[in-house]
Amino acid sequence: MADIASLNTTAVAIDASKRQLAAGPRGKRPARAFSGTNIMVYGTLLVFACYYLLPLYVMIVTSLKGMPEIRLGNIFSPPVEITFEPWVKAWSSACTGLNCDGLSRGFWNSVRITVPSTIASIALASINGYALANWRFKGSEVFFIILIIGAFIPYQVMIYPLVIILREMGIYGTLSGLIIVHSIFGMPILTLLFRNYFVSLPEELFKAARIDGAGFWMIYFRIMLPMSLPIFVVAMILQITGIWNDFLFGVVFTRPEYYPITVQLNNIVNSVQGVKEYNVNMAATLLTGAVPLIVYFISGRLFVRGIAAGAVKG
Amino acid sequence: MTSSVSIQDLSLSFGAVTVLENLNLDIRDGEFLVLLGSSGCGKSTLLNCIAGLLEISDGQIFIKGKNVTWEEPKDRGIGMVFQSYALYPQMTVEKNLSFGLKVAKMPQPEIDKRVARAAEILQIQPLLKRKPAELSGGQRQRVAIGRALVRDVDVFLFDEPLSNLDAKLRSELRVEIKRLHQSLKNTMIYVTHDQIEALTLADRIAVMKSGVIQQLADPMTIYNAPENLFVAGFIGSPSMNFFRGTVEEKAGRKVVSVSGVDFAIDAYPARSPILPGTSVVLGIRPEHVTVDEVPAGGDAHAAVVDIEEPMGADNLLWLKLAGQTMSVRIAGARRYAPGSQVRLGIDMSMASIFDAGTEQRL
Amino acid sequence: MTVPATTVATPVRKSTRPNQYFRNMSAKIASIPMILTAVVIFAGGTLWTVLYSFTNSRLLPRMSFVGFDQYERLWAAPRWTMSIINLGIYGIFSLIFSLLIGFLLAALMDQKIRFENTFRTIFLYPFALSFIVTGLVWQWILNPEFGIQSVIRSLGWTSFRFDPLYDPALVMYGILIAALWQGTGLVMCLMLAGLRGIDGEIWKASRIDGIPAWKTYLFIVIPMMRPVFITTLVIIASGIVKVYDLVVAQTSGGPGIASEVPAKYVYDYMFQAQNLGQGFAASTMMLLTVAIIIIPWAYLEFGGRKRG
Repeated sequence: MADIASLNTTAVAIDASKRQLAAGPRGKRPARAFSGTNIMVYGTLLVFACYYLLPLYVMIVTSLKGMPEIRLGNIFSPPVEITFEPWVKAWSSACTGLNCDGLSRGFWNSVRITVPSTIASIALASINGYALANWRFKGSEVFFIILIIGAFIPYQVMIYPLVIILREMGIYGTLSGLIIVHSIFGMPILTLLFRNYFVSLPEELFKAARIDGAGFWMIYFRIMLPMSLPIFVVAMILQITGIWNDFLFGVVFTRPEYYPITVQLNNIVNSVQGVKEYNVNMAATLLTGAVPLIVYFISGRLFVRGIAAGAVKG
Repeated sequence: MTSSVSIQDLSLSFGAVTVLENLNLDIRDGEFLVLLGSSGCGKSTLLNCIAGLLEISDGQIFIKGKNVTWEEPKDRGIGMVFQSYALYPQMTVEKNLSFGLKVAKMPQPEIDKRVARAAEILQIQPLLKRKPAELSGGQRQRVAIGRALVRDVDVFLFDEPLSNLDAKLRSELRVEIKRLHQSLKNTMIYVTHDQIEALTLADRIAVMKSGVIQQLADPMTIYNAPENLFVAGFIGSPSMNFFRGTVEEKAGRKVVSVSGVDFAIDAYPARSPILPGTSVVLGIRPEHVTVDEVPAGGDAHAAVVDIEEPMGADNLLWLKLAGQTMSVRIAGARRYAPGSQVRLGIDMSMASIFDAGTEQRL
Repeated sequence: MTVPATTVATPVRKSTRPNQYFRNMSAKIASIPMILTAVVIFAGGTLWTVLYSFTNSRLLPRMSFVGFDQYERLWAAPRWTMSIINLGIYGIFSLIFSLLIGFLLAALMDQKIRFENTFRTIFLYPFALSFIVTGLVWQWILNPEFGIQSVIRSLGWTSFRFDPLYDPALVMYGILIAALWQGTGLVMCLMLAGLRGIDGEIWKASRIDGIPAWKTYLFIVIPMMRPVFITTLVIIASGIVKVYDLVVAQTSGGPGIASEVPAKYVYDYMFQAQNLGQGFAASTMMLLTVAIIIIPWAYLEFGGRKRG
């Protein structure tokens, strides 16, 4: 400790008395751009990426080929002559049984099912979640637990009683019936989503509003709603893709003229009559997948958040 | 004086962002060095570079005279204790201690010997069969230290090991770490943002700010003779009182004139004569001021008590002097009502004066 | 009109405060849809189905109990036993492979790789598609006349055979390929979230200890991810039991009954064969299967939490 003064140097001073650097390794470790690990990591990822992309590619190229080319060529080769005729046909004149007005009917049915179902189920679930998070009453948790357990019960178990209830109400087979069904079965996951979100909001905010004299609806519309836009978007993504992709409820709860697009697609492709037009089938398949795919590509990370929120905690 | 860890010209940048630049540091054998700074100053980054967990952009690192710049962390002869302890939660304490050795294919008798020794030093023998979740915070820390101990290394690295604990436990474990250092006599490098930890534990403290070591010295020097304005303001609680003023020569005495109030500085141990006309910052610690007990020959300054904060042993007075607020620490028994007129005596030999422009000590 | 004064004066009897009563009212009114759903549809509907599975309902539900007759008939039906065997094969393999592939991909994605977002987008997009779309695409790719088989044959290997959807012994594996394509992205996402949730200092500690990455995964990280694995397992498993659309789209249960599954059995007996009793019995068996998966999990997850 004799030379405190010399230890007392600043970084600047050390810099000034910089010693000669010793020999040997210095700075960055020499990195090999193509190390074994890297090749393995990226190689595996690329192989899997091909597996995942292949069907999309096949769908697209098949839908752009004419039938003669499909019969001769292989399904992976790009179209020699691009034609959009299969798309036109799939949309407007593909046949399900005797009915030949294309996928457009199913498409618009699905729109008419998805939009109100999404709105109704989110409205219901957000209010439920809000009540469960901030206005607990005796027994509310019990109902919530039944609801969550219900999310795991196979739909097949509950379908028939629901058919009877809707028939008694006189809306079995109609679009409104299906909308109710979607709202019911969307409720567990969405209620959980909203409840968890509202619980995570600072409780003081709610208390302050109560002290200011705001009531149940006032707090919901003026405070909770404006603060929860992201979770509403997540719920929307979840519901739009979920309801659009539904098959079972569509086939059980609607009459053929109201069939959603998935049911109609299956009927078009798997109908036994007539010559199979694979290009039209693939165009129809792409048309059906387009809506959720667009939602997926636009929403990006929110989609991931939605499924993580829906799945992990469910 | 052999150096245990030597860092030469170390630079680290992530893309365009330079975190550390041209840093040099020599740590002596058996020394307890504390890297102190607020979050984001690069102290943990520097520690991770020493450990080899971050790859440096330029420079060299020597441990025990061996160039380890390109070595893997496990080959550097270091052990590390983390803030979260990072104990392997599914393994018992014993497995936590021995897992690394087993992977290194050390013979079992040797592993057992080392685990037993570490357990004895840290007094964790009764805990060996338990899992980390069943341990208290203090016990977990001992196991984390044990994991470094069994590696039989020369240098221990601590990355804010006490930050996750409550105040009481923190002061207990601080003492334990100090005791451990006294008995093991290993080199230890310890990162913290807590100045009390730094002052109590360190042989030397390196105060860091934006990737640069501001001052490297023993705790008393850091506290009493801070090298620049940053170090002076960073260390000490409540912090040093600063007065901006100009050096003038009045009646043959050098004074710092602050809004009409003159502070005579002939007792100040200046490194080189301070020329009149220099703009300076005068720094006075709260405990280097006496209230109503002006030493013989000392100057007295009139001030008004603004607020008092009795803290038991001490009483902290907030006063108005030279148009600004300053804090003074006096004995707890002495009380002053707000508005009281007092006379202050300032121990100028303990003060610090910085150049207002360069912010360096004069 | 003296009510406010008295209520303020007796704050002890909180529950009689009119204000509190009304506050609970609006929350209760707002919760009516949830309560109805939970009690009438979920609890009531399930009990109703279980109850009617003991009747000989055919075209319409009838309250004439026949004991376990429907169940005896069910287990005697080759189509049902086939469905159960298929579900077993499909279930075991899709559990193993989706966990394996999902974790492998997540671990690779966790290596601070470039283009992480691109890879994630690619691996996850099939999950946005419906089972119908999935089934139809893979039906086309696996089509022996035009798909992979014909492509390989046209390359010169004329005896090459790959037509799982037309081979009763292989058809479930053909469905498995499509199911894995659709679902592993989700598993990867869950696993990746789990990996990212691991304290970074654990990795630093293992590097200092000199533990190779694969050993760190195997002995430290995977044991730490136990809850993530269990949750994922439950999600995959309850999805497996429900598998229906995929089979309908890809094979319609064929060839013959080689790819029948329980959910399809239920639907066919309820809505096509006009044999409600069979449908109810089959759906009750599905419920039982799910209960066998869920109850131990719920017990571990929630029962254990209370104790610990």
